[in-house]
Amino acid sequence: MVGTLVYQGLVGLSEAMYLWLVAAGLSLIFGVLRVLNFAHGSLYMLGAYLAFYFIRALGGNFWVGLLLGPVVVASVGWALEFFFLRRVYQLDVAFQLLLTFAFVLIFDDLVKLVWGPLYQSVSTPPVLSGAVLFMGRPYPVYNLFILTVGSLVGLGLWLLLERTPWGTLVRAAASDREMASALGVRVPRLYTGVFIFGAWLAALGGALSVPVHTISPGMGESIIIEAFLVVVIGGLGSLKGAFLGAVLIGLLHAYGIMYLPMFELALAYIGMAIVLIIRPWGMFGVREA
Amino acid sequence: MDASASGKLWLRVFVVGIVLVLLAVPQVAGRFWQYLTLNILLLSLFSLSFNLLFGMTGLLSFGHAAFYATGAYATALFLRTGMVPLLPSVIMGTVAAALLAALIGFFCVRHTHVYFAMLTLAFGMMVYAIVWKWTPVTGGDDGLVGIPRGSLSIPGLFTIQMGPLAHYYYFLTILALLGMYALYRISRSPFGLILNGMRENAGRVEFAGISARRYLWWTFTIAGLFAGLAGSLMAPLESTVAPASAHWAKSAEPVMASLIGGPFVFAGPIVGSLIYIGLKEVIVRFTQYWLLIFGAVLLILVLGFRGGVVGFLLRRVARANVPLSPAEE
Repeated sequence: MVGTLVYQGLVGLSEAMYLWLVAAGLSLIFGVLRVLNFAHGSLYMLGAYLAFYFIRALGGNFWVGLLLGPVVVASVGWALEFFFLRRVYQLDVAFQLLLTFAFVLIFDDLVKLVWGPLYQSVSTPPVLSGAVLFMGRPYPVYNLFILTVGSLVGLGLWLLLERTPWGTLVRAAASDREMASALGVRVPRLYTGVFIFGAWLAALGGALSVPVHTISPGMGESIIIEAFLVVVIGGLGSLKGAFLGAVLIGLLHAYGIMYLPMFELALAYIGMAIVLIIRPWGMFGVREA
Repeated sequence: MDASASGKLWLRVFVVGIVLVLLAVPQVAGRFWQYLTLNILLLSLFSLSFNLLFGMTGLLSFGHAAFYATGAYATALFLRTGMVPLLPSVIMGTVAAALLAALIGFFCVRHTHVYFAMLTLAFGMMVYAIVWKWTPVTGGDDGLVGIPRGSLSIPGLFTIQMGPLAHYYYFLTILALLGMYALYRISRSPFGLILNGMRENAGRVEFAGISARRYLWWTFTIAGLFAGLAGSLMAPLESTVAPASAHWAKSAEPVMASLIGGPFVFAGPIVGSLIYIGLKEVIVRFTQYWLLIFGAVLLILVLGFRGGVVGFLLRRVARANVPLSPAEE
């Protein structure tokens, strides 16, 4: 009984890591740029498809795909911010939402156009395939890998934001854009940098998912909706909230599918509804005027 | 007669003219044009209900199809029993959508505009997932098929069979026009004025002692009600309802129609629906990737033409004092 609980918890945790990578980028971009990127799920999907493309094109090496896919998506992120988002910062928030939404439509169809509407998959790299026995059950090595990467990204993000000069500037721009700008911070460049970084995080999540999840044109929409649930629960703009929110959703799915399969889907929404009633700005969010 | 009064007179003449043209369509045009006209009317009503939120209060809903689909499925379920006549089915479908909107709206209007957009998309896709998975009731993947149109009757007075498209054409057209007129009256009422006030400056409206949250909740419910009416009228027309009617791609349609036509003029979404359906009709002959094209159109509209076609024309032709967008006033 306890074994099952712990094991299923570990399964949920590893699934939570993909969600964490997407929610982290989404929340980071919102925290600094004050823009909610609806296309963030599309960047995750693009990361998966490009990793898949590079793995197939360059002789089946998983690591090459994992490296190149997110780098290409990061440059797509640069183009998005530099050529489009920049023009709407001063407008009503609705037009920023609409702009990123336009890219959801564009990327979704573009992916279908290039790779077709069918499911794709690649196999797990040999080093990471197989399973270890954990409490008498086989736990995939790849899940351990994902847990490690997710935790390392979390640690890296914390170090980057709290312990480096760039992180200090990012936090300064997040809390007061005008003051940071007046003190000589090149805010537009910082914004571009944060957006590129957020896009890279989402794409990394997508690329990591390639060996275990099937790749399909609908994967962007399902992850962005889950990421929304995560940031509403955790508080939009808070990385701590994004992490705990992702873990919570991952666990709800893992246990829900086991004990309440009929209501597995509803659990995350019920969780979100409760948070909205008790703390509308999320567990770690800041109350806004 | 001053300029604005004569403008109003011409507007009335224009509206009456359009209504007459709409009523004449089944007499002069075949099934293709009737069907196209009905689709434009349905999207117009759906978009106007979306724009009651967006144009009036600035709240952007990405899950409006949830209410459209609720209306469609509920109406289909009533009609399929064979016991409930057409009009009561449509009314109950509409009410079902309004009830769901009241429930979802309760959660969505509690926070900022960004949260609103996120939550409407999430709840909208929740409804999609329910429709997809609740197979015994919704038919799951296949949806509901073979929905009869039934008949319109007042017992003892008359009975009109709705089977022929021309008959149903009048039923749909009249109800859709009534719905649009109701939305027009709401937007011009004191209630509508308060909504506009909230778009411009929510703080000041709150200072006047008005609970913004309650007003937005009501608006959300009303918007859901009219979206439900559009869905309820759609189901008997198509005689099938599919889960796609609840998908976010369906929610994108009123967004696009409102943006194309112009969200800051009442008739904007109607003009936008006409252009949207016309464009789509042409594009699907060349490519199945029409969302790609509309995404690009949306991009251009957001970057350069935020007043839409109607806003652009009003500025150009009449040099009217129409704001391009509320943020730029």
